[in-house]
Amino acid sequence: MPTTDREPPNIDELRDRAYQLRRMMMTMTRGKGEGYIAQGLGIADCLAALYFHELRHDPERPDWPERDRFLLSTGHYSIAMYAVLAAAGYIEEDELPTYGLNGSRLPMSTFDDTVGVEIVGGSLGHGLGQAVGMSLGLRLDDSPGRVYVEISDGELDEGSTWEAAMAGATFGCDNLVVLIDCNGIQADGPVTVAIEPVADKFTAFGWSTTEIDGNDMSALVEALEKSRVSDGKPKAIVMRTTPGSGVPTIVDRPRAHFVRVTDDEWAGLVQELEDNRDVHA
Amino acid sequence: MTSTRDTAPRGHTRGMGELIDIADKTTVLAPFGETLAQLGRERPEIVALTADMGRYSDILPFRDAHPDRFFNVGMAEQSLVMTAAGLAKTGKIAYCTTYSVFVTRRAYDFVAIAGAHSKAEVKIFAGMPGLTNGYGATHQATEDLNMMRGIADLTIIDPCDATELTQVVRAVADIPGTVYVRLLRGKVPVELGEDYRFVPGKAALLREGSGDVGVISTGYMTARSLDAAKAADNRGVQASVLHVPTIKPFDTAAVVEFARRHDRLVVAENHKTTGGLASLVTEALYQGGILRPLRRVGLADSFFECGSQEYLEAKYGVDLPAVTRAILGEV
Ligand SMILES: Cc1ncc(C[n+]2csc(CCOP(=O)(O)OP(=O)(O)O)c2C)c(N)n1
Repeated sequence: MPTTDREPPNIDELRDRAYQLRRMMMTMTRGKGEGYIAQGLGIADCLAALYFHELRHDPERPDWPERDRFLLSTGHYSIAMYAVLAAAGYIEEDELPTYGLNGSRLPMSTFDDTVGVEIVGGSLGHGLGQAVGMSLGLRLDDSPGRVYVEISDGELDEGSTWEAAMAGATFGCDNLVVLIDCNGIQADGPVTVAIEPVADKFTAFGWSTTEIDGNDMSALVEALEKSRVSDGKPKAIVMRTTPGSGVPTIVDRPRAHFVRVTDDEWAGLVQELEDNRDVHA
Repeated sequence: MTSTRDTAPRGHTRGMGELIDIADKTTVLAPFGETLAQLGRERPEIVALTADMGRYSDILPFRDAHPDRFFNVGMAEQSLVMTAAGLAKTGKIAYCTTYSVFVTRRAYDFVAIAGAHSKAEVKIFAGMPGLTNGYGATHQATEDLNMMRGIADLTIIDPCDATELTQVVRAVADIPGTVYVRLLRGKVPVELGEDYRFVPGKAALLREGSGDVGVISTGYMTARSLDAAKAADNRGVQASVLHVPTIKPFDTAAVVEFARRHDRLVVAENHKTTGGLASLVTEALYQGGILRPLRRVGLADSFFECGSQEYLEAKYGVDLPAVTRAILGEV
């Protein structure tokens, strides 16, 4: 289903989309038994809001020049990306179980040769800078296409992110939206670098900034709506997300950056997801 | 340190940088961090840093032993190297860790200038060198030796096993200036005997064969070359193995002398066949006026995909059978 014109948001439907994404991700975790599932569950609401409401895109024409671009900077969140690409119709859902297998089109980290994936992820700190470049390119072409880029709080540690933040403001990238996934964790555990106050920093860097609960669908839709305002500035949406959101046992995992799911516990976790289907942040 | 045996089957991308052919081998857990923690007790000038890769680079034993001398700069590889260099300017010896790809590709200028040019006591232990993980080209440092050897005044070491790595952790504290070490992490196999001694800048003859074929290797590919040489024995070919742990400065004399004594050569490295050990060997041979048939076991000049370690190593021709074939002279 092409989403080339935006309909009024249906929050309940979008929440259900997010649930479906989570369910797909849990399926991908099965067998593999490990991965970046906590991050995937945390970003599910954001991806549902983007692909089923905000983005003007067409799975039938992934190269449509006027499409809105979504850049996933965190290649390790691939599990979430493939779920939303399947849900939106870029790839077949029955391909999802090949995730991470040898020779799969859906590798553990995202590469731009997978249909619907715009950039090579994995080496963190690339997304925002490339998004600035795309934003400028689309502007040069008078394209209505907008650029949405997800980055993580860990990527705020990288100098390249702040170089890009200054570039985006310098060039007045009005058609650029960064969605910052502040899930509070990185590889070694909780975020320990002094990245806060994230929203104030982006404001000081010349961005129009909003801070929201990134697992609250209404807040996401509203923030994205606001980001369409033409004010000559790039837009930043600081999303406070909960790693593992939707599956309490994963939320409670102390080492959520890389989660192992045993065959024995898998069904129970899927049941938790089901039980929490109507619980909203 | 605990010794373990690893038997876990692996069918897809997983884990972070552990070697695969260790099923029948004695291994040591986190030899780098354990040795560094001990060294820190002996030498108060030692400090350690990581760029959000503490858990994945085995450096946490140092943090636990010396929390006040440990700094996690966050996922900021340029900051890692600059901070280490600054600490060095105040008389510290700064050990730092992240993955090879990120310290080489992202922080190159800082390694060259704040590190090597400044003769800073910065000791970089670079995780997942070469093709030691299945996360694709973003995580596979297949050109790190090539990049690093381009930097003047930098020492480069590619240890073979836990025994050597343990010695290297201590040795680099006394090698002046900036050092780049390819880190082996997790369960690291023991390949070399107790009498093995790492000498900076020196190659080591580990196996003397019949003079027919000589293998020149570095890093864990030396372990694999020793295994391959054993396999070749059963087929009537007695290969010699020269281990070259120090890539820079390069032991040209030893390589030339070794080459002279063999009819055929095999070079084995966990790196592209261009710009690393094979390039150094051919330069040395040409300089020494020696011409020998030389077969390179290493990686193509390409970006590699994700997948299990076994799958990738077999597909790209660096696994044990590939080394064995090269020794036997088979296609
Ligand atoms: C440039 C770079 N440095 C280091 C890494 C290794 N790494 C992979 S994920 C990660 C944590 C990054 O923080 P974040 O994305 O916030 O972590 P998460 O929320 O997924 O736990 C690190 C350091 C990387 N992929 N890229």
